[in-house]
Amino acid sequence: MSEQNSQRKIMTGGEAVAEAMRQINPDVVSAYPITPQTPIIETFSQMVADGKVDTEYILTESEHSALSCVVGASAAGARSMTATASQGLAYMWEMLGATSGMRLPVVMAIANRALSSPLNIHCDHSDSMGARDQGWIQIFSENIQEAYENMLLALRLSEHPEVLLPTMVMQDGFSTSHSAEIIEMLEDDAVKKFVGEFKPHKPLLNFSEPMTYGPVALPDTYFEVKRQQIEAMRTAKQKYLEVGSELSKITGNKYPYFEEYKLADAEVALVTSSSTAGTIKEIIDGLRAQGEKVGLLKIKLFRPFPYAEIADALAHIKTVGVLDRSPDFGAAAPFFGDIKISFADSTKPPQLQSYVFGLGGREIQLTEIEKVFADLLAGKVEPKTRYIGLKE
Amino acid sequence: MTQSNKKKKWEQILPGGNLDQAGYSKNYHTGDWRNQIPVLDKSKCENCLTCVGFCPEDCILVKEGKISHVDYKYCKGCGICAKECPMKAITMKQQK
Repeated sequence: MSEQNSQRKIMTGGEAVAEAMRQINPDVVSAYPITPQTPIIETFSQMVADGKVDTEYILTESEHSALSCVVGASAAGARSMTATASQGLAYMWEMLGATSGMRLPVVMAIANRALSSPLNIHCDHSDSMGARDQGWIQIFSENIQEAYENMLLALRLSEHPEVLLPTMVMQDGFSTSHSAEIIEMLEDDAVKKFVGEFKPHKPLLNFSEPMTYGPVALPDTYFEVKRQQIEAMRTAKQKYLEVGSELSKITGNKYPYFEEYKLADAEVALVTSSSTAGTIKEIIDGLRAQGEKVGLLKIKLFRPFPYAEIADALAHIKTVGVLDRSPDFGAAAPFFGDIKISFADSTKPPQLQSYVFGLGGREIQLTEIEKVFADLLAGKVEPKTRYIGLKE
Repeated sequence: MTQSNKKKKWEQILPGGNLDQAGYSKNYHTGDWRNQIPVLDKSKCENCLTCVGFCPEDCILVKEGKISHVDYKYCKGCGICAKECPMKAITMKQQK
């Protein structure tokens, strides 16, 4: 990042996302507090109270109402945002499809947290995985720098006239949302220029050109609406790179579909997302010093999923371990299933091993990641999922 | 969805199936849903207008105090008119 347009600061992931929202200065924000997302809207509501933004901040009695409110505001032509986690995201479920179905460019920050029951407030990804097929673009962030920048990228991607889809920007609850890190934050003017003025697509609040949002569409028309939405998601994949390259110009950072860490000459690789990727990089550095050819593919853009690009990036790897932070209830775990599908047409796919870890905030230990690498380097794979750190 | 949208290919509709008009329900012909059609035998009808009051779609039209006709564009074929008619002047027939 160039020194002219950024400042080095220290803050938590929750605060970083709130800062991104302050710089975006959305017309409407509506949210309801829920651990571990609360610091985002707590910080942002303080900014509203202090007059640092022009945002209309609407407090609601639930997440269902918060997203409903944002849907109405976005349809009316307002740049609208929200944030949630876990049960809050689950409670938004009905409106998730309404948001994407009406093609509203809403950006929502998520601090990933496990779902009840049993009650747990700590991180895993089952909340955003539950929302996986609701037509939202989903971007995972490893650290607060990524969470901050992904918010800016998400806004432009969602609002792209050929996309018009909502985006969820995920960071790990507590590990990222409540941990203070150093961040290179863009100057307000640079962000203002990057996000530009919101030009809503045929908004509802325009009496000279009246609109109907979300009309009934029965068997004779619903299919066409969905096909168009599918196309928008395909387009979003390309536009993600285009918007990312524009953001690169002001941050100096890159926005690929996924990050490749020491992958080029690796023989064994892990695939995962979010904060655990940082821990895995540490282990990789240690193993590399001992001469082991190990690497990491860190998923950033999860929906739309870059199947072909991932297959290319992992094609030369002998053994790949896929680490999911959500349960594999009666099916392949989400990342593992997608990685497996990426190699469906491959004549010589890598050996693949599914791992599930960190449910309900269970810490993954450095020694456990070393053990994963040791097993994979020894070619130990099996068709069953392995559960890291489980008492068994 | 409007009648005109029903013929459009997926690339041609507005994002989300949203419509660039208000009050579009007038152009949504719910009569398309009908699989039974009410047929009025005017020789039995005494113009008591009971059916008019019961029709949930308000599509039995009255002119100068007498039943004029059924607006089949909106009649869903629910059969309430036939059930309520004291003269048994309305019969439900299979929609062809």
